[in-house]
Amino acid sequence: MTEPVATTCPYCGVGCGVLATPEKDGSLTIKGLEDHPANFGRLCSKGSALGDTVDLDGRLLHPQIKGQQSSWDEALDAVANGFRKVIDEHGPDAVAFYVSGQLLTEDYYVANKLMKGFIGSGNIDTNSRLCMSSAVAGYKRAFGADAVPCSYEDLEQADLIVIEGSNTAWCHPVIFQRIVQAKEDNPDLKIVVIDPRKTATCEIADLHLPLKSGSDTSLFNGLLHYLQHNNHLDNDFIDNHTEGFAAALSSAQQSSADINTVAERCGLSANDVAEFFRLFANTEKVVTLYSQGVNQSSAGTDNSNSIINCHLATGRIGKPAMGPFSITGQPNAMGGREVGGLSNQLAAHMDIDNPIHHDLVSRFWQTDNLTTTAGAKAVDMFNDVASGKIKAIWIMATNPVVTLPDADKVREALQACELVVVSDCEQNTDTTACSDILLPALAWGEKCGTVTNSERRISRQRNILPHPGEAEEDWWIICHVAQRLGFEKQFDYPTNADIFREHAALSSFENNGTRDFDISALAKISDDEYDQLTPIQWPINADNPNGTERLFTDKCFFTASGKAQFIAIQPRLPVNTPNEKYPLILNTGRVRDQWHTMTRTARSAKLNGHIPEPFVEVHPVDAEKWSVIEGALAQIESRWGAVLARVQVTDNQQKGSVFIPMHWNQQNSSLSRVDAVVNPAADPLSGQPEFKHTPVSIRAYQPVWHGFILSRIPLPTINCQYWLKIKGEQFWRYELAGDAAINDHSAWAKQHLGDAGEWLEFSDGASQRYRAGIIKNNQLESVVFIAPTHELPTRSWLSQLFAEKELSSEARTNLLAGKPGADQPDIGPLICACFGVGENTIKEAIACGDAKTVDDIGNLLKAGTNCGSCIPELKKLLYATAK
Amino acid sequence: MKEKLVLIGNGMAGMRTIDELLKLAPEKYDITVFGAEPHGNYNRIMLSPVLAGDKSIGEILIHDLQWYQDNNITLHTEKTITQIDRTKRIVLAEDGTTADYDRLILATGSNPVMLPIPGIELEGVISFRDINDVNIMIETAKTHKKAIVIGGGLLGLEAANGLMIQGMDVSVVHRSGTLMNQQLDQAASDLMLIELQAKGMHFLMHHDTAEFIGKDRVEKVLFKDGSEVDADLVVMAVGVRPNIELAQNSGIACERGVLVDDTMSTYSPNIYAVGECVQHRNQTFGLVAPLYEQAKVCASRLANSGAAKYSSSATATKLKVTGIDLFSAGDFMGDDSTESLIFSDPTRHVYKKIVLKDNKIIGTVLYGDTTDGNWYFSLLGEQRDISALREDILFGQHQIDEALL
Repeated sequence: MTEPVATTCPYCGVGCGVLATPEKDGSLTIKGLEDHPANFGRLCSKGSALGDTVDLDGRLLHPQIKGQQSSWDEALDAVANGFRKVIDEHGPDAVAFYVSGQLLTEDYYVANKLMKGFIGSGNIDTNSRLCMSSAVAGYKRAFGADAVPCSYEDLEQADLIVIEGSNTAWCHPVIFQRIVQAKEDNPDLKIVVIDPRKTATCEIADLHLPLKSGSDTSLFNGLLHYLQHNNHLDNDFIDNHTEGFAAALSSAQQSSADINTVAERCGLSANDVAEFFRLFANTEKVVTLYSQGVNQSSAGTDNSNSIINCHLATGRIGKPAMGPFSITGQPNAMGGREVGGLSNQLAAHMDIDNPIHHDLVSRFWQTDNLTTTAGAKAVDMFNDVASGKIKAIWIMATNPVVTLPDADKVREALQACELVVVSDCEQNTDTTACSDILLPALAWGEKCGTVTNSERRISRQRNILPHPGEAEEDWWIICHVAQRLGFEKQFDYPTNADIFREHAALSSFENNGTRDFDISALAKISDDEYDQLTPIQWPINADNPNGTERLFTDKCFFTASGKAQFIAIQPRLPVNTPNEKYPLILNTGRVRDQWHTMTRTARSAKLNGHIPEPFVEVHPVDAEKWSVIEGALAQIESRWGAVLARVQVTDNQQKGSVFIPMHWNQQNSSLSRVDAVVNPAADPLSGQPEFKHTPVSIRAYQPVWHGFILSRIPLPTINCQYWLKIKGEQFWRYELAGDAAINDHSAWAKQHLGDAGEWLEFSDGASQRYRAGIIKNNQLESVVFIAPTHELPTRSWLSQLFAEKELSSEARTNLLAGKPGADQPDIGPLICACFGVGENTIKEAIACGDAKTVDDIGNLLKAGTNCGSCIPELKKLLYATAK
Repeated sequence: MKEKLVLIGNGMAGMRTIDELLKLAPEKYDITVFGAEPHGNYNRIMLSPVLAGDKSIGEILIHDLQWYQDNNITLHTEKTITQIDRTKRIVLAEDGTTADYDRLILATGSNPVMLPIPGIELEGVISFRDINDVNIMIETAKTHKKAIVIGGGLLGLEAANGLMIQGMDVSVVHRSGTLMNQQLDQAASDLMLIELQAKGMHFLMHHDTAEFIGKDRVEKVLFKDGSEVDADLVVMAVGVRPNIELAQNSGIACERGVLVDDTMSTYSPNIYAVGECVQHRNQTFGLVAPLYEQAKVCASRLANSGAAKYSSSATATKLKVTGIDLFSAGDFMGDDSTESLIFSDPTRHVYKKIVLKDNKIIGTVLYGDTTDGNWYFSLLGEQRDISALREDILFGQHQIDEALL
């Protein structure tokens, strides 16, 4: 089959449409889907590189029990019997599912149905808990339902976009591009970025408020009070369609009565605060776009309600170009919310503690075993595993040993757990390493079903590639276990379309407009219609057969009174505050070209080129204070754990705080799994962990030696304190540092690289420097560089040599210098992943005056002309050289 | 009436002195030259290419006989001077020819060391010093097969290479384990050994010759360890010794060589000496560069044009031995007090070593790639602190940031 297939990107919550064309050689050509309303043909660097990620290296292709390959029957029996035994002996709450926003809605639906409806426990939670559960809780408190009011189009029509706690440029690049385009089309559009860090997103900001970490509610309380104080309220809306304004206002007044107080509490300049308040007050069409920076806080739910309060107070909701807009981090976080994937939800946006809902779902599923109590939320769930309360856990499509806070404790918990089942498409992750039973699941490109993006838009993910090995759809795996647990009838689905229809039917079952999530119009679609399903926004029902762009246009909400709720917010500090021992605040987040725990994106050399190594961003003043040096290694430690990272000194970071990306883990680094450091404090309502605020210390890590190896073939793990493994274009890169001196460098090199091939060697014994290059059949096979300090030649020129069919004699002469020498190009660190354009090349073009704008750079070097994800960095370079 | 200048030795150092002198004071002297060989003045260094058949004798002549006439220089070929009467200022050749002088230059060169080994007098046991030796080798190669070269120094390897090209089966006998130990360290020598073996040259390292065996002509070489090899031709190339016999007999102060001061004057009035026969500040000479330097100094002295002084400063050796590029200078062995930077690419027959003391270059040996030899040598001369260049210096000047050069 070589017909292009329309599907959906498996990364962030934007949910871009992807057109994938299978090539004869088994590879995929990837394009943005022109008519998908999420992206209209755009893709970011990650999406564009999907084709690089579909090889089968390292894939889990057969069921395994205790490391031994087994048949599906053996494996499914083992899972069912294991769960049955624990349930019989200790009751249903002794088992749990930990699932994922990577699952498709159909998978999600049956997982939730099995746990809550038939095993009879609430113990199913999802990694979406770590991502947007505070936004869910906020929406439910305000609107009585987990209802995202807005559409992406609202962003394009707005006159003011407030981006809070989101590096949209890197984490939701296509939304960012749409905003950039909107700003070009509408010069009046103002952008305010609220973020402790100066991120790439700030490149388009008219105003950046680098507020103190955890001070968001003070700011928005201040805004609420300002709006009231300066007569910017929509009193009609407040009076007729909301409740609780007075209480909300009075606590706003208590915490943030005037601009100076706000400025002081938030660590901002009074002018900036005033400017933001004026903009918000005087602009009707305002969307507040928020994400993890708001959600990943012990006050995450309050954060989102403090935003919603301001939109309610001005009646800016349910109208075009307005509203509080939470964007999700995962491709199907929303789908998970719809089926009830969170342990405190029931199904189809119904509530466990609501007797009507409970009765309704029991009848629909024909079960008398439906859980009556909410289950454990992610952090508690793994605490219960640790305490032995939960004795059997099934983890699907996620990697909690890397992504949960206090991650070392999570690993210990799983290692001690009686039965750990993991469904995954990867053989080796930090989590599969703790498993008893491994079940091979299909990956993106192989599985098919539906996902829902951040604007409530349901899209099809379709399979393009054949099923490898014995891997299966997650829903197939879950249903077969369910049947073995004795629920044959209730889990007898011939196809995923049957599951989807049931899901749709449940959403409409005795709904009558009482529940926001209603896709009744899809309850009876045929298999063909399901296959042909085009992207559509719920609700999808008799009144809105073509979907619904915007919620609350009728000013009716899903609360008991039908009115939206103001929430009185008392600002409170993060749970763990800096102290003498841990004086700095650790913030964590994503980088542009990696996704979650890198199991997929790290397969792409292109993507690895952008930021190859885990780093810690430190403000110059702190760098000096704690004597850590740009480019050297530092150890970052908290009460919970420690990591090593490469220091980047930058005033994009606030004094007193550091930033480390979340992606790296033990599969690709010895000591850079940052969530081992992150505190397990969580929001009391949403249970979402406080990933953005952990007290830490930082100190220079000074090993005896530093070094790196580039090798055409992957090497067995090198035993030293710091190692990092990165896939490059036709080579593997290892960054290394060790505490134990190497006596005989040459012998050490041969021990790790083998002594075959033509060896070039450089030694400066007195200064502990050693370099070697190995050449096989006139091609570079590997290089190793060892030095007493971190100051080693850049890897970029050496890396390029692996692509050369034959190593030129000049290159051979210069090899161990690590640089080409006079008048030969070294492209420098990769900026544009799509066209492999390096920083030096771009700087040159700017320096010689040929490139004055981003467009010039595009015309000259193609950089930024495909996915555009690097445009903020191009702007930085232009700006830097202009200075 | 011009002053009379006599030169004993029609070789490279002596004749270079005349050349320099003619530039400075073409009319000052009435010049007479005595040479033991029948030819004009030729470039001894080029004997190897002649032996290798790359060049003809004609091609290596610096001055043919016509040149001497054109420059009104009296040349006596095949006349060996046996006596200098310093009081009468007359030199006497063995055939009775005499010439009187106002000033005299000794340029008698050096003699190959012929070890006092039993059988040394046998036919087919020769040295590698002059055109005559070369002719013998070329002729022998036509009729004989096995050649033994004693001595793995520069000259020995050149001879061995030439004989191999002339079609002989050649073995080089060397006392130590390091070839060209004046110029190479062990690692470089090992590379060279491998490269020459690949060309078909044989080596008997750590071999000490005991005796040459044969009736009239040499047939075998016997070693001290009792082993022996067949030999139709033996070339002795174990070094040279300054030729001071004449000077000594004439009462001119000598030690290992004819003693000279910084102006190349001997201890005897109006007598000067240049080239391989001299001993200057306790040093004797074998390579061409310092000889030419001496010629300059001596000529300016003879032309009474100022006080040029010869200082035997450290010299770099840049050689092409049997087609292999070599460069070495200073103390390239080093010791406990020194540090070494070493690069090796054995497959490409490249080896580079720089020896440092207190971050200054004190020596270097380059094998196979001598591109940066002169640069290293000038840094050695400047005694510059090269800390800033340390990481890149071995990879060449083009690797160094302009600012640091």
